[in-house]
Amino acid sequence: MSKEIGDDDIVEASNPPLKKWTSYIVDSLVVRDIKELGSGLLALIVALLVMAVMISAAKINPLEAYLALVKGSLGSLNGISETLVRATPLIFIGLGIAIAFRGGMWNIGGDGQLYLGALGATIVGVYLPPMPPVIHITIELLSGFIFGALWAAIPAYLKMRRGTNEIVVTIMLNYIAEFLISYLVAGPMKDNTRLIPVPESRQIAASAVLPIFIPHTQIHAGFLIAIAAAFVVWLIIERTVLGYEIKAGGENAEAARYGGINVLRMGFVAMVISGGLAGIAGMSEVAGVHYYLMDGITPGYGFLAIAVALFAGLNPLGVVLSALFFGALMVGAESMQSAVGVPVATIYLLEGLVIIFVLARRVLSRHRRSG
Amino acid sequence: MLRMSGISKKFAGVVANDHIDFEIKEGEVHSLLGENGSGKSTLMKILYGIYRADEGRLFWKGEEIRIQSPNDAIARGIAMVHQHLTLIPIFSVAENFILGRRSPREPFLDMQAAAAVMEKLSQEFDISIDPWARVSQLDAGTQQWLEIIRALSWGADLLILDEPTSLLTPQETERLFHTIDLLAKRGKSVCFVTHKLNETMRICNRVTVLRRGKVVGTVDVCDTGERELARMMVGRDIQFHIDRPPAKPKNVVLKVDRVQVNAKDKRPVLKGVSLEIREGEILGIAGVTGNGQTELARALTGLQPIDSGNIWISDEKTSRLLPKQVAQKGVAYIPDQPWQKAALANFSLEQNSILRVHWQEPFAKWGVFRPSEISRHARSLIENYDIRTPHGQMLAKNLSGGNLQKLVLARELSRNPKLIIAVNPTAGLDVGAKEFVYKTLLEERNKGRAILLISADLDEVIELSDRIAVIYAGGISRIISADKVDLEELGFMMAGGKQKKS
Repeated sequence: MSKEIGDDDIVEASNPPLKKWTSYIVDSLVVRDIKELGSGLLALIVALLVMAVMISAAKINPLEAYLALVKGSLGSLNGISETLVRATPLIFIGLGIAIAFRGGMWNIGGDGQLYLGALGATIVGVYLPPMPPVIHITIELLSGFIFGALWAAIPAYLKMRRGTNEIVVTIMLNYIAEFLISYLVAGPMKDNTRLIPVPESRQIAASAVLPIFIPHTQIHAGFLIAIAAAFVVWLIIERTVLGYEIKAGGENAEAARYGGINVLRMGFVAMVISGGLAGIAGMSEVAGVHYYLMDGITPGYGFLAIAVALFAGLNPLGVVLSALFFGALMVGAESMQSAVGVPVATIYLLEGLVIIFVLARRVLSRHRRSG
Repeated sequence: MLRMSGISKKFAGVVANDHIDFEIKEGEVHSLLGENGSGKSTLMKILYGIYRADEGRLFWKGEEIRIQSPNDAIARGIAMVHQHLTLIPIFSVAENFILGRRSPREPFLDMQAAAAVMEKLSQEFDISIDPWARVSQLDAGTQQWLEIIRALSWGADLLILDEPTSLLTPQETERLFHTIDLLAKRGKSVCFVTHKLNETMRICNRVTVLRRGKVVGTVDVCDTGERELARMMVGRDIQFHIDRPPAKPKNVVLKVDRVQVNAKDKRPVLKGVSLEIREGEILGIAGVTGNGQTELARALTGLQPIDSGNIWISDEKTSRLLPKQVAQKGVAYIPDQPWQKAALANFSLEQNSILRVHWQEPFAKWGVFRPSEISRHARSLIENYDIRTPHGQMLAKNLSGGNLQKLVLARELSRNPKLIIAVNPTAGLDVGAKEFVYKTLLEERNKGRAILLISADLDEVIELSDRIAVIYAGGISRIISADKVDLEELGFMMAGGKQKKS
């Protein structure tokens, strides 16, 4: 191979003058975040404009539609409550996806891991003897995490040992998880004590229920756990050796190996943590919203969380804001449908557009850098 | 047939081609010979329309032309076969053959006709090929042949072969030479870009030697010999002269015994390499890139599992250790291409300053980083090695190449290593940064470190090393003391010549 003198090899002679350290730190944090935020918002605005055109094509005033959307999600205590409840699982799964993606692992199996986490929580909630709520909920949380983590460990292990594509395996495991739960709630775990048995598990014990912490709403303690989880994940990613090694493996596997990092193992760890967080989402749905296990406990939170994580720039704290936004969209879409007749499905369109524009910006900026 | 006159090309101040005159006659096999970075690829890329020359004129079949893009070049009958082939692996031979051409039976493909043409060509060239085989199942030589005849079918009169034998086995190389002979007989011109002397002597009519972007001379192959060409190729003026006290080698730090590494296709890329380095000396390994240098460095640092042989560092066997464990034995590793191999572009300078030691105290305790210690460490590296950066929080991708290399050097040397392994440590650096690297490495040697310098830059090896060996095709030559070095001999060996018995 011959070495070429190319543009990459050319050394820039100029260097910026030295300024005070502190001012640069502030600059780099604040300015960069506003820029990031700005481009995220830009993606959103463009997506809203495109969708407005489509709504007008259906002979509906887009302004009215959007007003209904905002009113529905944020215009009432009920709407806000609903928004927070929907945002909670999105935060958990979104955090998991942020970790996995940072580590170069494409976890598309959020839904499957959520199902398994819900199963783990239900088993603890239904079949354990009564005990103090703090202990019960802690065990339930751990169980949800472990079940989700083990489910994610399957694709992660196959990837580590055999180089299997984790995208395909995680997606396929979503279906397996869904049908596994269908079978369990219709068979072994079915609640036969009811007058008319339906495919649902028994209710979890009262001590396993996540308490509602704002009266007259549905907002349960799962939301607080989600916020705490965001801080923990942020700490892991930014302040620990584990986070450093996960990020390094995802950023440049060659350099990470050089740095003494076992890249394959770090991918495995990232995936398992990711699945565990999705599992907690399932636990929080069972213990905070439904109180029993049933079919279709996730309306596609796993896929939506990918949009959440990308929109947040894979930043754990950004995931919270992003999840609130997408939660509001889900809630608002329903009231938009009832108020002006725009079908809920258009919201999927909006989600898709946002992802496309966010990704387009990334690809373009990368292209500009290399070109 | 082709005449390039006064071609110059600069890349942001670095002269890659300096007023080059070059011509090729009809039916001639012309070798463009030079070391890595001598400017031969740049010249060919200008001819093929990938780069635009800053100065100079191009004449083709008697008239002056401009080539704006590879499509232009192909339309004029100039074709290039790259080192890395441009066939589509999952397509069949015939499908690849018709790529880039209109079908006579549009909108349908005329595969039968293509196959028939191929049958005819394969008989003419005495090469057995199945038009329906998948390209991925062919050996490298046959793939290359397919690429050559595809270029011919586009109407090429001049064929540029860029280092065509680098991926071939000796038998495939023979077949390629046979093909080239036949092409020349048909009146096609071939420009054979290479750094291998024996191939030049074997197959070419004339040779133009480039060195540091300039033409050293054009000679008829029958009027010259390998030794003269070697001298033309490497003869040079010394750039730096750094005072260095004589080496005082002490205990053996690194001992390598018959290390063998095989590639995925079981082909050996390191063939039983043995060497020894002592404290306070620099062992330089010269060689043209791609002869096993990377594999050697990776094997020594644990990044590449070895198939047989043994490695000891300070009498401890490290042949089977993980990269992390080898690093902890006191091995600093400065790989080539630091952007890809030794730095994390989207990590801050501070975070990069602890790579390879990031799990150790004082930077981390119980798995949690201690930012103040990391900042202090980064600051001291920045100050001691004069890394030009506004602050340690800056992302590494914003550093210039020279400053990044300084950072890697600073980081690796800050661990007080026993052994330093450096691969092409100054590739792509400007003169100032280069000198800094040289001085630093010599200082480390004087401090009693053992240094293995693997470099494609012969000047660099001669400038720095106390003992010198040449690596060629995965094997290492006898090690020569630097004061007894015969430059011509080295150049000869780098190009695959046999070592003189002495």
